[in-house]
Amino acid sequence: MKIIEVENLVKKFGSFVANDHLTFSVDEGEIYGFLGANGAGKTTAMKILCGLSAPTSGKVMVAGYDVYRQSEMIKKRIGYMSQRFSLFEDLSVWENFQFFGGIYGLAPAKIRERTTELLGRLGLESEKNQILGSLPLGWKQKLAFSVAIIHRPSIVFLDEPTGGVDPITRRQFWEIIYETANQGITVFVTTHYMDEAEYCRRVSIMADGKIVALDTPSNLKDKYNAANIEEVFLKIARN
Amino acid sequence: MSANISIQAANITKRYGDKTALDDISFDIAKGELFGFIGPDGAGKTTLFRIITTLLKPGNGIMTVEGLDTVKDYIKLRKILGYMPGRFSLYQDLTVEENLKFFAGIFKTTPEANYELVKDIYSQIEPFKDRKAGKLSGGMKQKLALSCALIHKPEVLVLDEPTTGVDAVSRIEFWEMLGRLRRSGITIVVSTPYMDEASRCDRVALMQNGKIMSIDTPEAIRNNYGRDLFAVKTDDTYRLLSDLRQYKPTRTAFPFGEHIHVSLADESVKTAEIISYLEAAGHSNIHISKIEPSVEDCFMEMMSTESSTREK
Repeated sequence: MKIIEVENLVKKFGSFVANDHLTFSVDEGEIYGFLGANGAGKTTAMKILCGLSAPTSGKVMVAGYDVYRQSEMIKKRIGYMSQRFSLFEDLSVWENFQFFGGIYGLAPAKIRERTTELLGRLGLESEKNQILGSLPLGWKQKLAFSVAIIHRPSIVFLDEPTGGVDPITRRQFWEIIYETANQGITVFVTTHYMDEAEYCRRVSIMADGKIVALDTPSNLKDKYNAANIEEVFLKIARN
Repeated sequence: MSANISIQAANITKRYGDKTALDDISFDIAKGELFGFIGPDGAGKTTLFRIITTLLKPGNGIMTVEGLDTVKDYIKLRKILGYMPGRFSLYQDLTVEENLKFFAGIFKTTPEANYELVKDIYSQIEPFKDRKAGKLSGGMKQKLALSCALIHKPEVLVLDEPTTGVDAVSRIEFWEMLGRLRRSGITIVVSTPYMDEASRCDRVALMQNGKIMSIDTPEAIRNNYGRDLFAVKTDDTYRLLSDLRQYKPTRTAFPFGEHIHVSLADESVKTAEIISYLEAAGHSNIHISKIEPSVEDCFMEMMSTESSTREK
């Protein structure tokens, strides 16, 4: 089943075309890498997929809902995490989960159950009363990811989730992403670490508002005769 | 102090409340060196750079830049320092040209007087000189910020995470610019969380939790890894990782793109034995080769060693 379906998505700001006829789809349970240079139009497209911004034209369906008419339904079915927007630093770990669980309308008993389960998976049960601000960045990022999936969304959007994170934690983070995808939650991720692109099932690469390549990492490497995704990226961007 | 030294840190410590941001750090950076501080967020890079640029006093220790003490001689020192902070330093409502004039003016000079130094970088954004800085793309802002940090012809250039959040292509272009700039003889100090950028530096310091774990040339750091390292690949990378972790002789196994990098606790194990283990586990298309470690491999190795010593 397709969890995201985009056909001829166009988004203009005045005369500037930020998204120029994007067409792609994402399968349920897939890890999809959304790559592109700065200014290529990734953030604009992500905002549209999250129901935060309306397209100028084109068809966009997310989790079975239409972004033009049902953006509020989309917001309930998605999770979102970025490097910049994280959790509340002055609240404890537990309080952060309560707060975001409440926002997504989960019953208190459900929030307790899922918080316990998610903290257990991270091995951070004993930290639940710690103030978030006192924890290492890597832990905060893992917690932010868990909070983003507390309501069991159909799809979770991760915007540069591992920026600035140490190399060991970065890899642990990707193991959590894999586990999540194995449970059927679709993962839509952007990153500037090209080695991470190889962990995705498929990646698309944007340039100047268009999707210029979309395939599995190994097919892209074959097609561009490249040793790794970084080379593919460079060949596309320097074209 | 040797005349050849540009920046010298002696036992620098900085605490914020009960948090130690920098823990007894010492190093020398030579004149004309392109020196990198490499580490994740929270390693202490920005605190260190604020001390180097006289914006913050160290708690303990002495920092000198070009023979000047960063606390006592800060007025003299600021004239010869160029600083590009991690957060954006430009005036968004001024145009490209106005920003450059403003920063030159602060140092009582003009863009024309030192144009030769910034020409390579500034000429790329000059076609947009009447555009407001706030309307520039990320890559162009970065070039303008670098031009502004250079326009008074500093002796020492300090760049705090200039490539963070920047795409792979712009990162390469930025390092190419630094490489050319280096030939003018200026001392350049850069911080970055990207381990692959280490190879662009003459020497690097690998930082974690307020400490320098290692300080050396990138080649020497790689040569000091001290173990055999293998890159393994099969058709199922995710299962391969867990199978390699369960393999008794395995010491470490970390994903690197489509490969898993493996070091062995028992180095007498032959690659043929690893292959037959993986075949028995049902893997197909098994590729294994001995590789040279990258700086990232070394960084993770040092992180693991540091945390196990701390636990003891």
